[in-house]
Amino acid sequence: MPDSKKTAVDRRRFLRGAVTGAAALAAQATTAKAQEPVAPAAEKAVKSASESAPAFERPGSDFMVDVIKTLDIEYCAANPGTSFRGLHESVINYGGNTMPEFLTCLHEESSVAMAHGYAKIEGKPMMVMAHGTVGLQHASMAIYNAYADRVPLIVMLGNILDINYRRGSADWYHSVQDAAAMVRDYIKWDDTPVTLAHFAESTVRAYNIAMTPPFEPVVIVADGVLQEEPIREKNLRIPKLVVSAPPRGDSGAVAEAAKLLVDAENPVIVAGRLARTPHGIELLTELAETLQAGVRDQRLRMNFPSHHPLNIPAVGDPITPSLGDADVVLGLEAQELWSLTHKMTGLNKYGMEVTPTIRPGTKLISISAIELNHKSNYQDFGRYVEVDLNITGDAEATLPELIDAVKRLITADRKRAFEQRGMKIADANRKLHDRNRELAAVAWDASPVSTARLAAEVWNQIKNEDWSLVSNDRYPSYWNTRLWNFTKPYHYIGAQGAAGIGYGAPAAVGAALANRKHGRLTVNIQPDGDMNYAPGVLWTAAHHKIPLLTIMHNNRAYHQERMYIQMMAAKHDRGVERADIGTSFKDPFINYAMMAKTYGMYGDGPISDPKDLAPALRRAIEVVKKGEPALIDVVTQPR
Amino acid sequence: MKTALLILLLAAAALAQTTAGSTDNGKRLFLRNGCYQCHGYAGQGGLNGVRLAQTKLPLVAFTAIVRNPPSSNMPPFRAKVMSDQELADVYAYIKTFPEPTPVKDIPLLNQ
Repeated sequence: MPDSKKTAVDRRRFLRGAVTGAAALAAQATTAKAQEPVAPAAEKAVKSASESAPAFERPGSDFMVDVIKTLDIEYCAANPGTSFRGLHESVINYGGNTMPEFLTCLHEESSVAMAHGYAKIEGKPMMVMAHGTVGLQHASMAIYNAYADRVPLIVMLGNILDINYRRGSADWYHSVQDAAAMVRDYIKWDDTPVTLAHFAESTVRAYNIAMTPPFEPVVIVADGVLQEEPIREKNLRIPKLVVSAPPRGDSGAVAEAAKLLVDAENPVIVAGRLARTPHGIELLTELAETLQAGVRDQRLRMNFPSHHPLNIPAVGDPITPSLGDADVVLGLEAQELWSLTHKMTGLNKYGMEVTPTIRPGTKLISISAIELNHKSNYQDFGRYVEVDLNITGDAEATLPELIDAVKRLITADRKRAFEQRGMKIADANRKLHDRNRELAAVAWDASPVSTARLAAEVWNQIKNEDWSLVSNDRYPSYWNTRLWNFTKPYHYIGAQGAAGIGYGAPAAVGAALANRKHGRLTVNIQPDGDMNYAPGVLWTAAHHKIPLLTIMHNNRAYHQERMYIQMMAAKHDRGVERADIGTSFKDPFINYAMMAKTYGMYGDGPISDPKDLAPALRRAIEVVKKGEPALIDVVTQPR
Repeated sequence: MKTALLILLLAAAALAQTTAGSTDNGKRLFLRNGCYQCHGYAGQGGLNGVRLAQTKLPLVAFTAIVRNPPSSNMPPFRAKVMSDQELADVYAYIKTFPEPTPVKDIPLLNQ
């Protein structure tokens, strides 16, 4: 922070050009008595405002933009806030509104969720700006989602630490002693630089920390005084960004894991947030094919081709796949190992009943970097799991060594056994795919539209395009996962992380923005409950011409919660017919096509008859191919 | 396991049973009591509920499952919430769900 005497003088000079009136001058004169050099009050009094305007001096926020530009950050998402007005102005004028380009957002939660979706397609962070107080309060849930989903993003907070610079009550309400404290439990690192040199070093450091697995959000507080005062520091420099190599698992432990896998009769690989780069799919495919082991993809990233013969299709919930047939389970950045290996009663009838879901003696191996970033307060780490081999390290970075170790151990006998195993798995998987198609046929012509029919109709329209599904497939019962052929890294981006609602629509816009320069057709199957948290992101998509096909999965309810209320009512013998209270969207229904049009984009629907779906999809895709967002409101079956 | 055995026994005992339920009232109850929420309006099932359409279960087994569900996701619907007659009505309505079109006759499921 600049010394108080100097900053007070700078502040007075800043005000000199803007403040007129005797009262203001008197106040300045009082301050100026102790601070030299000053201009005589009489001289100031006779000057007009324009004459007294100080010569332009580069503000600190220009240097901040210089720093940000070294980090290859494409976009900065924000709605405007006084505490970062200097940086905002420098981004759009001094920085030329490019690298980063300012994205006009209508809610801070949307800004962060857009960055969340963008990062999962692009593999690098977007910047978000927000007030250190009220803006961060809006943004905090979305930051927690990104944290739980291990996604990198740079949050730049405005704040005025020095009381001498708080202009009035709003500045006091919007100032905070320790801005990042509010979210420190679910970010990886933060700093509050007090000089521009400090800002440069900490921002570069923050980027490196965010991009070192496990990826996480980071926060830098851009002090308002540093932003707005002229650059006074000499010999400012921007440190070179050095991106750290990802942490790899211990070689001895990896060799032990390889032996367990090669010796196993039926190893199963569970992939959670494994593929953090496009290389992740290739590595998992190589490991699975080398072992001829079945893969159960939790659908938290695009880990494995959905129609690969070794991909065990989801029948139930992919987050908790059946592992009863495994003798060795390899978790690769798997989500919540305890829930993978245990089942708890969902209803708490007579206390919680827990039963293991793996056979006694099944060996459990985990490779994950998450233990490098455990925090105490928020409980996203899950229950303690008694694994047989726990390897702390980034799974994707560890896989090459594991694959090599496996290959070294395979004998001719094992290879023959693997081939037979692979054929059995492939045969079983073909039957599961057939079973899924049979289930999709049930309710094919039903109205409202079944989620299976919706998935099949969309697939028919996009299968020959370069497509990208950017919504959580859980809500439509994973029908897209079951019917579409997912092969490429950008074909799927997983879910929200901490199950915080309000992620879907903005994350889809952010992902579509990342896909735009690649010319991909981005598809978002959008739950209605999620949309209503901050629908203004539709305007952001329209304003910035972000091509995105949004198809409403409009079941007219917070459906998950409606089922839970029904469950509670039945358990308590009170009847279930009132479960709609507080959970459903009716009286009136919400018209999402009209909502889209209101925000300036193409809207169609509501569509309840499945026969109307294909023509509506064709019309909307035409719009999207022209570079615009489009929305179709489809009234659907609940799940 | 015990639940499955019980269901089998009940099913065997009830093979000859006929349904005396009202499909109209069954439809009303199916909607009012939110059966569709997990099982779908057409009984097609989904992530949160099994398929009901074309169920092979006899009424007595259906009733036994609703009273004491084997799935941890489904709450028990006791007689105070849905009487046996009401369950018979719902069962009768479920039995009206049409047979699905064969997969081979749906081009979109063969792409």
